[in-house]
Amino acid sequence: MNNDTMSQLKKDHIYNLMLENKRADGRKFEEYREIEIKTDIIDKAEGSASVKLGNTYLTAGIKIQPGEPFPDTPDEGVIITNIELPPMASPNFEAGPPREDAIELARVIDRGIRESKAIDLKQLCITPGEKVWIIFIDIHVLNDRGNIMDAATLATTAALLKTKIPTQRYQLNTDENENDKRLPIRNLPIATTAITLENTIILDPTDEEEEVAGAKLTIITNTNNTISAIQKSGREPLTTTQIKEITRLAREQSQKLREKLLEV
Amino acid sequence: MATKPERFITDGIRIDGRRPEEIRPIRIEVGVLDRADGSCYIEHGLNKILAAVYGPREVHPRHMQRPTTAIVRFRYNMASFSVEERKRPGPDRRSTEVSKVSREALEPVIFRENFPKASIDVFVEVLQADAGTRTVGINAASVALADAGIPMRGLVSACAVGKVDGELVLDPMKEEDNYGEADMPLAMTQKGEITLLQMDGNLTAEELERAIEMAQKGCRTIYELQRDALIERYKKEIEKEENNKEEEEEEEENK
Repeated sequence: MNNDTMSQLKKDHIYNLMLENKRADGRKFEEYREIEIKTDIIDKAEGSASVKLGNTYLTAGIKIQPGEPFPDTPDEGVIITNIELPPMASPNFEAGPPREDAIELARVIDRGIRESKAIDLKQLCITPGEKVWIIFIDIHVLNDRGNIMDAATLATTAALLKTKIPTQRYQLNTDENENDKRLPIRNLPIATTAITLENTIILDPTDEEEEVAGAKLTIITNTNNTISAIQKSGREPLTTTQIKEITRLAREQSQKLREKLLEV
Repeated sequence: MATKPERFITDGIRIDGRRPEEIRPIRIEVGVLDRADGSCYIEHGLNKILAAVYGPREVHPRHMQRPTTAIVRFRYNMASFSVEERKRPGPDRRSTEVSKVSREALEPVIFRENFPKASIDVFVEVLQADAGTRTVGINAASVALADAGIPMRGLVSACAVGKVDGELVLDPMKEEDNYGEADMPLAMTQKGEITLLQMDGNLTAEELERAIEMAQKGCRTIYELQRDALIERYKKEIEKEENNKEEEEEEEENK
């Protein structure tokens, strides 16, 4: 089936619902889907979490290994973020190297973690200029029903909260009986994503809503409720009023999401 | 590599002598490449950036064709010598993201539906980089699209706002970008609609609002320069044509 025709039909349907103040799944415009967070699901990983956001389902795993620091930050640990959109998660995904949407997702999530200073990188230095801990954040999307960005950020933050540095495995502990320490987490970045359809703003979009969206705006807030990262995407422009409104909604919503995260 | 200055703003003046709401000097040249359908060269502070547009033309590979509209492709590329530490040539994750958001910054103004099955290809080469390359690339690409005669709803102008010493500054240069507390590139249409917005760092909601206003002001200044550069280019063209006509007429009279 021709994609253009399909999306035009869907767009009409979703648009008509929107005029009646409705969404296909009956939610309010600013309402999130049911969220379920589970941590410590992969024993082999240093930290892990899976998130179900409605039917969107993904897993984040953290691996930590010693390695070389960047020359401009010789006394800081390194964060490397990657997201996989494997073909099992959606008919729209294809096997092969990451495409621009996966790269964008990973880079925005990475920015949220980095800019909110969620991890105290200075504490991850082993020998300045030579050896630091490298934190690999890998997110595997298993079922895409929209809003991967928010689900993936939640999973990453939840996994980081439970991550332990494998000092024993690499024999980098100072004393034999010393247990692996928790990763030093100082902030909890939360992503809130909205799409626009004409003048309507919809939070936590489903895959179908994403398909018909004009523009998409992700706001990553941190524990102080200031903003750590923003990313606009999509083919249509946004007005300043829309940006203000989305920022307001995001700051409100992210507090609720953060509470959910702390329950875990 | 440049080290972090102790203070970024002293008595309301930035380290390169600008005021907080001042942009760097900009020079725009239109129609600089002869093979491309449209092109533009911009020097913006120490940035030197070229944009070229090809199209509308046939899409290769064919499966990328869209039956109802043209596709827009945008390739942002940094020359290996454009930065202090040599950049490995070829696309990387950063340039892939920059290309995507830049394309989306321009798409809203292009009448893509006028050219079904065609592609409009935009190429941006960063020859020298000094913070703000994506915004300068968009400014150059927007002018190059106009130069190529692509029907557009208007020009797109882009500009960034940074934060140093706790204060917002327009169009941050290298040091301010590297050691600053935030960076927010923005692109907008002539109507003021925002087609690109990214931010990393730390801003309060109130600062974000002010930063957007500040960036929009910067974009308006840049828009005037883009417009002037296009007029300058085509004024020459018109003058040339008029001169030719006059010469022809004179020749006829002489006969």
